[in-house]
This record gives sequence, C-alpha cells and structure tokens, in this order.
Amino acid sequence: MLQEITSTDTGCLTINVGPQHPSTHGVLHLVITLSGETILRVDPHLGYIHRSIEKMCESLSYRQFIYVTSRMDYLSSHINNHGCALCVEQALQIEVPPRAQVIRVLMDELTRMASHVLWWGAMAMDVGAITPFFHAFRERELINEIMEETCGARLTMNYMVPGGVMFDLHPNFQKRVKDFIPFFKSKLDEYDELLTHNIIFKQRTQHIGVLSREDAISYGVTGPTARASGWACDVRKRVPYECYDRLRFEEVVEQAGDCYARYLVRMGEMRQSLSLVEQLIDNIPQGDFQAKTKAVLKLPKGEFYSRVETARGEFGVYIVSEGGTTPYRIKFRSPGFSNLSALDHMARGHKIGDLVAIMGSLDLVIPDIDR
Amino acid sequence: MWSIEQIIGALNQWLQHTLGNVGAAIAAYILLGIFVILFFSVLGLVLVYMERKVSAWMQVRLGPNRVGPKGLLQTLADTLKLMSKEGLTPAGADRFLFNLAPVLMIVVSMLLLAPVAFARNVQIWDLNIGVLYVSAISSVSVLAVLIAGWSSNNKYSLLGAMRSGAQIVSYELSAGFAILTVAVLSGSLQVSQIIESQQTGWWIFRGHLPVWVATVVYLIAVTAETNRAPFDLAEAESELTAGFHTEYSGMKFALFFLAEYANVFIASAIGATLFLGGWMPLHIGNWEAFNRVMDWIPSSIWFLAKTFFLIFVIMWFRWTFPRLRIDQLLELEWKYLLPIGLVNLILATAIAVLGWHF
Repeated sequence: MLQEITSTDTGCLTINVGPQHPSTHGVLHLVITLSGETILRVDPHLGYIHRSIEKMCESLSYRQFIYVTSRMDYLSSHINNHGCALCVEQALQIEVPPRAQVIRVLMDELTRMASHVLWWGAMAMDVGAITPFFHAFRERELINEIMEETCGARLTMNYMVPGGVMFDLHPNFQKRVKDFIPFFKSKLDEYDELLTHNIIFKQRTQHIGVLSREDAISYGVTGPTARASGWACDVRKRVPYECYDRLRFEEVVEQAGDCYARYLVRMGEMRQSLSLVEQLIDNIPQGDFQAKTKAVLKLPKGEFYSRVETARGEFGVYIVSEGGTTPYRIKFRSPGFSNLSALDHMARGHKIGDLVAIMGSLDLVIPDIDR
Repeated sequence: MWSIEQIIGALNQWLQHTLGNVGAAIAAYILLGIFVILFFSVLGLVLVYMERKVSAWMQVRLGPNRVGPKGLLQTLADTLKLMSKEGLTPAGADRFLFNLAPVLMIVVSMLLLAPVAFARNVQIWDLNIGVLYVSAISSVSVLAVLIAGWSSNNKYSLLGAMRSGAQIVSYELSAGFAILTVAVLSGSLQVSQIIESQQTGWWIFRGHLPVWVATVVYLIAVTAETNRAPFDLAEAESELTAGFHTEYSGMKFALFFLAEYANVFIASAIGATLFLGGWMPLHIGNWEAFNRVMDWIPSSIWFLAKTFFLIFVIMWFRWTFPRLRIDQLLELEWKYLLPIGLVNLILATAIAVLGWHF
C-alpha cells in the first residue's frame, strides 16, 4: 500500500536528488522524502534525457535503426544492436553464418565484462571507495582497445548488421583477447580482495534493499538484479539465441536479494563471461561473417519480437511492420526502466547512504531508462 | 650545527637587544602570527600535493605532473584559481554566520598548532595542560561545521552538518581516552614532559598492549574527527554532494579545505608526540654507536618524519576503504571503541601504578 506523505507533514524533509548529483550516474531525478536520515519515499522523475529514440527509429530503415540503439544503453551497445539485428533476421528469416554467430557472442560477452567492470567501480564509488573506480577503468580500457581495433569505435561500436557483423575480426583480435583473459582473471581476484571481502563494504550492502523473488517478478525486474533475488531469468539460458545453447556456462543465481547478492551475481557473471570467451576464442569457425542480404530490407507485414540478455537484464525489441522499408512502430523494452521501478520498494526504511548503495547495485544507465 | 632551537634563540636575543623587553614581546607575537599563516599556506600546498600523489599512486595514475617540476606547482595554481574566484553567498543564507563558519574553522586549526613541539625546545606555547587543550579546542570545530551547515540554507548541508555533529562529539571521547592513556603513563599533560618521558624509548615500544590499542583507537578517532574517509559522512560526496560545504565557493571553500588538511597534520603531530616520541630520536637500549647516529639526525626531521608517516596512514585509509553509514559509525564508537578505550585506560593505569612498563 502506498503511504501518502506530503512535504507539509511535520518532521518530513523533501530532497531533490538530481538531476545533477554525483551518484545518480546521469540525469536521474529522485524526489526523496526523509524523516531524519530515514527514507520514507523515493519518487523517480524521468525525462531529462529523453531523445524519442523509438520515434526516430520509425523514419530510419531496417539497416539504420540498429545504430540508434547504441545510444540507449551505451555500456552494452553491442548487445542492444544484437537484439535489433536478431529481430530483423527473425522477420526476414535470415540464416546467420556460424562465424558471425560466434563473433557476435564474443563481442556480447566482452561488452558484458566491460559493463560489469565499470559497474564494479561505480558501485564502489557509491559506497565511498574511490580507488576501485580507477582500477576498473584500467581493465575496461583493454576491452575498449580490443573493440576499437575490430569495430573502429570504443563505446558505440555499431558492429552488428542484419545477417551478421559489419566486417571480419581484426588479425590481432585473438591474440589480444588471449592476453586479456589471464590478466582479467588475476584482476578479478584482486577485486575480491579489495572489495568483496571488505568488512565495511559487507556491512554497507548486506541486508540492504532486499527484493524478494515475488516482488522481483511483479516489478518486472530482470538481469542480475532479478537473479540476485533467486529468479533465474537469463535469456541466454531460457530462450537461447545464436550459439548460447551449445556453450557451457552457469546462470549465477543468489537467494538473498540484497545489495550484496546483486554484487555477487555480477562478480560471478564476469567470471562466466570470461569462461564463455575462453571457450570460443580458439573455436571461431571459418566462413562468412555476414549472410547475403538484399541492399534494401523490407520486413513482411506483421509484428516481431526478439529479446537478448544485456548486462542489465532483458532487452526486448518489438517491431510492427506495414511491409515497408521503415518500421511502423518500434518499442524497446529496456531493462533499466523496470529495475528502477523497484527502487522505491527497496529503499523505504533505509538510510540515505543505503539509497545510494541500492542505486549502485541496480546498475542504472539513465539513457537506457529514458530512451 | 644550526638547529631551529639555536636560530630562534639568536633571533630572540637580537630582538631583545634592539627593541627592549616589551618591543621584543610584541615583535615575537607578530612574527609568530606571520609564521603560523605562512606555515598553514605551506602545509596546505604540501599536503594537498601529497594527497594527490598518494592517491594517484594507489589508483594506478600519475597524479599532477604538468604545472612545475613533477607537478609541484599544481596546488599553487589551484590556490590562485580559488583566490581569484568570487566567494558567493547564497540568497537565502544567513550572511553573517555563513561567512563566519570558514573563518572559525581555520582559527580553530591555527589555535591547535600552539602546543605542537616541532623540534627540541621549539614550541609556540608549552602550557601545562597541552593535550587537554588540544582535546578541548578541537571540539570547537564542530561548531564551525554546524554553523556552516545551518546557515547555508541547503538541505544537503544541513544533513551533513547534523551528521558531523553526532560524529565529532562521539569520537572526541575515544580520542580523549587514547590521549589519557599516554598521559597516565607519562604522568603529565604537558607536551614537552610527555616527550621527555620517552627519553628511554617511545611509548609504543614501552607501553605494552594498552599503548598499541590506544594508538589504533587514536588513529581511528582522529580520522573520524577530521571528517576524512572512511568517516567522511559530513561531506559524503556520493550521498550529499559535498555535505556541509556544498554552498561554499572560492576562498571560503578553500579555508574549509585548508582546515581539513591542517587538522590532519595536527592530529598526526599529536599522535606522533604521544605514541612515537615526538622529536625524540630512536634509541635502542645500550647500542651506543647506533644511538649516537640517531642523535645526529636533527630533532625537527624526526618530528616531521613521524608526523608525515601518520599522515600517510590516514591518507591510506581514505583511498582504501568504503564509507560507513551513519548508524554504523555511531555503533562503532559507542559499542566498540568507547568500551575498549575505557578498559584500556584502566589497564594502562594499572601498568603505570605497578610500574610494569619498561
């Protein structure tokens, strides 16, 4: 039941956290009602970075619209592009060559690692430890360099096209990734030493922002946030796409549902992604990196939906086609939006410092929420 | 050799010779004032540079390296920038209190400098209740923080100030008990006598367990008292943007900034005095040759080395640990540090009475 509290009530303090605030990671605006240090209500206000991406997509062709989605969840832009490409391929029944599938999965997992490692630093910064942030950026830089070499860009890679990937892997790619794997493994252990077993960090995150499995499902929470509440919802496992069904990896699930569980899930996912990359890097099949497609794509009349697992959760692409070269309507299901909706439920009764820790553990990317 | 003690003695003699007794006293006070202000400016420059280099070293960065050789002039450039900025006073703020707070803060820090012994016989004011004076004056800084938070007319500032009030008042107790431990062992509150009592060995070597515990408690408590991470709840950048000094800019902000570093220096200096023997060189039993070599190193170097070591430890805390939450912070003090401090004080008293220390 929603408890109605107004700022005129005695003893309550209403504070605007954001849109410019160090720990909202972007232009998120939270109106929080406090009693002393205790949070009574959190009211997220959106719209500061709304760029009407869905509307823009309606005037772009099926080859072009993919790249606008890089600007949504900019930390998992590969995976966003992947979801859009999958939807178009599904509609046109394009068979993606095995080589392209493997390259896509490799890129997805590298992106997931880059995103999670940045989250790790940001989460530490939110609870007040600044040093991990710089350590995280050092490792992320290596992934960005790998991306830059193959895709020509570091953040908005725009590498996926309907039917495969835009160009073949750079000759250095395999060597670079192989150098990166043992390095990153040792760094993950270092992360554990620095933060995972830190007593202050544990105190700040354990039993904070508990989200039960039922609540996670009813709020539509997905991704690591939901898996920390014991809800196994990994799209890669449940509805496998590309070659995920042929790969060995575990879905990291925790039961506690608190900030620390969400932290552990993401740490575990980095290790799983690393093992996925390890499995694939020596087994990239030869062949085409792109299926033969027409220059101008026309989707048949109808509705198409596909989903992928981004670093933040389930990303859905819903295309309504009238049979033309541009979509009639596009709807993206972004994981961050649903995850944010659970914030109020999680933060009530906690302290201001906990709110920041909870937001950090949700791994919010505001352009993904606002689109 | 020219030691600081001799220079000051010669200066004093020359002043008395040329100006007479009253004139010499006035001139000495003026010189002292100039010295304190100059010392604070240099301290700010050195410590900010040190903090940036230490943090850079821990964070796989280079730190400032563009302005001047090895970036040494970076803090000078920053200071010039802050001085040339407009000192804004927000429209809804209480003008008088808002402008008073940073001045109060820096004055408190300057007052704390009085009983610090920089070298053998070099002390601004060797009053007989030296460490008590430090304990008393440092608690005034909470007023400055509260005034700053209250008068800013900003909710973040207010929250930061309220946190700081609870925090500084609590941790004062633990710091006090840690100081008392050494006071009991050395039998004096006077800084010069506490140092003198460590002639045969620093308290950390002679005082057994109670002094080790007191050292740890003292370090934790002063880190909290100076509002530094992991106890920087009053500022708490990721929660309260900048806490009590959110609304301050330009030189007023710089005064808060400077006061923080000055407080760190003074806390470390007092810590070094109490536990590490102040300017007293390291002596080991009857190793005559070793002791003579140690004596040869000037006492001011000994003092500064110990102080900067403790400053480094406090910086090390800041760049390693996450921040505590306000209830955990108070829990740590009232449930752990305070009882430990009390028991520790009783132990130390027993040791002092029975003469069990070396």
